[in-house]
Amino acid sequence: MNLRLLVVRVIVVLTALLGVNYVAWRWLVSVNWDAWWIAVPLVVAETYSLVDSLLFGLTMWRLRDRDTPPPPEPGLTVDVFIATYNEPIDLVMRTARAAQAITYPHRTYVLDDGNRPEMRRAAEAEGIEWLTRSADWAGMPRHAKAGNLNNALLATEGEFFLILDADQVPLPDILDKTLGYFADEKMAMVQTPQWFENVPDHDPLGSQAPLFYGPIQQGKDGWNAAFFCGSNAVIRREAMMQLGVSRYVGEVELGVHRALRTARAVLRQARRSVARDDVVVREALDSIAREVTEARRAISGGAALYDVTYRFQQRVADVRRQLVAADLQTLQSDLAAIAELEGIGADPDLVFADVDEGVLQQLAHRDWSPLGAVETVQALVEAVDVDRSGEAQAIMPLATISVTEDMATCMRLHGLGWRSAYHDEVLAHGLAPEDLQTMLTQRLRWAQGTMQVMFRENPLVQRGLTIAQRLMYFATMWSYLAGFAALVYIAAPVVYLTLGILPVSALSTEFFIRLVPFLVVNQLLFWVVADGRPTWRGQQYSLALFPVWIASVTTAFGNVFRGRSLDFAVTPKTRREPQGPAWHLVRPQLWAMALLVVAAVAGVVRVATGQANVPGTAFNLVWVAFDLLIFSVIIQAARYRGFAPVAGVDDVPEVADDDHTSPRTTDRTTDRTTEGAS
Amino acid sequence: MTEFGVETRADGVGVVTPEGRLNMVSARRLREVLVGLVERGTSRIVVDLGETTFVDSSGLGALIGGLKTARQAGGDLRVARVSPAVLSVFELTNLDRILRPRPSVDGAFDD
Repeated sequence: MNLRLLVVRVIVVLTALLGVNYVAWRWLVSVNWDAWWIAVPLVVAETYSLVDSLLFGLTMWRLRDRDTPPPPEPGLTVDVFIATYNEPIDLVMRTARAAQAITYPHRTYVLDDGNRPEMRRAAEAEGIEWLTRSADWAGMPRHAKAGNLNNALLATEGEFFLILDADQVPLPDILDKTLGYFADEKMAMVQTPQWFENVPDHDPLGSQAPLFYGPIQQGKDGWNAAFFCGSNAVIRREAMMQLGVSRYVGEVELGVHRALRTARAVLRQARRSVARDDVVVREALDSIAREVTEARRAISGGAALYDVTYRFQQRVADVRRQLVAADLQTLQSDLAAIAELEGIGADPDLVFADVDEGVLQQLAHRDWSPLGAVETVQALVEAVDVDRSGEAQAIMPLATISVTEDMATCMRLHGLGWRSAYHDEVLAHGLAPEDLQTMLTQRLRWAQGTMQVMFRENPLVQRGLTIAQRLMYFATMWSYLAGFAALVYIAAPVVYLTLGILPVSALSTEFFIRLVPFLVVNQLLFWVVADGRPTWRGQQYSLALFPVWIASVTTAFGNVFRGRSLDFAVTPKTRREPQGPAWHLVRPQLWAMALLVVAAVAGVVRVATGQANVPGTAFNLVWVAFDLLIFSVIIQAARYRGFAPVAGVDDVPEVADDDHTSPRTTDRTTDRTTEGAS
Repeated sequence: MTEFGVETRADGVGVVTPEGRLNMVSARRLREVLVGLVERGTSRIVVDLGETTFVDSSGLGALIGGLKTARQAGGDLRVARVSPAVLSVFELTNLDRILRPRPSVDGAFDD
């Protein structure tokens, strides 16, 4: 163990001890129960922050600075994927040319989800391959970027692939520096940083994530939990395919079990909707019910799903054939009656095609089946099969449960026992949003994606992950709950300064003795692990974007549990107005700041008129000042007018597209800027 | 659920327009509608399949059943505006030779 890690661990232990000591004392001794409505939220928020701090400490415990990997073996086959949807052709081509110029032998593909002829022409004119969705995707769920990549994985064949967003320009040695990690046969994914070249040093929008693409990823790496962040990562195809197949099996099992479980209710419902005297249909439904029972018995008896579903489908096909045969028989006798009327019975040409096997089979085919009349039953029958008919591809290696496909995919890879690595060296130069609105939309998407994963596949209960891996994933999710704590941290000083109500039983010496050392070591930990990297922006945004974090939790909750669209309650899409600062986008923050200022004035007045004591007011004024300092970043961000390159750096293209649905700004991932910053 | 438009034209021809899918469930209704028309004296019937997206074997059965009833009452049943998808079911069973599809509802009884 090197000296730095030793120091980090000492501080981590100290932080944990002092933190637990403080929060335990707060719960046990110092909650002002008379003012429970503010006292309880405050102590809960403090507990939240302690857990955040402990998770951060755990992450730092195994801070891993990897050695340079060996040079890659020659002869590996590598594909470079550039994912695009609607970005300007020039922007994509700039990345594509750089991708083509990567030194390690590879094939470059533009994955054009927009299926644009001009994109295709531009790429192919320079010998770059162009791919778009196959016909299988027509009418199927598209799953955004994950779908685009899943489509490409079935159309290409390299052993490894590098994923690049359309605006991430790779350096020529990106593969030479990363392929070496795959000498480890269990290595599935190597992530490199996302770094943005169109960001000024003071980074008003908090675009760079120096803490995340650095100590946090290195810490996660130490627990074999380095995250896949959607772009600038190299992945082993075999790992993804294994993931795709195992997910396929899992989901088919789930689908069939669920269908068989609900089958009785569905059939009962269907039976009720059919007229009492419609004996034919009722008998058909009864036959299917019998087959469902049979299938359930076979599965619980350990029969293979494939065989059970095959048998089930065969039996249902029989039911369909019987229905059709009965229809045809009636038809035949009707025709005979007609023929008698007309006297055409002797003309063999006019005799209705005999119920030959071919006709019967065709009319009994799934698509024409009389069973289709009872749609719920049709859906039930289709669900008891292994073809995953609701998706374009049976194999979907990239997770589609979240708008940020990367995190869920990576978690599943880890669950299968694969390893990941974080390579701490910038090997691609990207472009960040240059206006507040796009930035806010992007952060909201990342946060929503993370919350979707938390609600759908909570890492704490995922089998196959180590305890530490579960906590590493959970830490990122936990950090997005900061919005609720921020509300309390604003409210508490306001309540004291205006109403004189203290959520803590007393601002005693003991309070300060327990709190201050904790705060100091916490900041010290940051300072040590950051090792000169700027962390203040991240700390500011983790609180200052509280409306975004709260919206992400509520919308993702509504999406996962109520089937609502994620865009429910999102900031209205107004076009960016270059004339003035975008105050309308940060109204909640401005209100919060106004409230804090008014409270501060009120506090001073109350002291001057003898209604409040000096130490309590002073403490809360410092608190208000800290809050205002945190929120000041919002003012800067709203006033930011875009990147003005320093002389000499003039090859950065303008990317002022106002389309917020672009995957470049919404489907992309990473920059978990809030993490470890509170 | 499939809807049926039913009207009787001035020339005494009944026009039945099934909308949507003509299948196991809706075929019963069609049969009732057709029988009802014949019973009330309208034995010349055009079934307008222009709004019908799908016909299964039960649907075919209902049409032929209607044809039989109409013929027995001295009338006839004709089908008009058959979509390619539905026509393929007719062709599969050679029914198109007996129920020759007519291009329009108005001209269905012209020959």
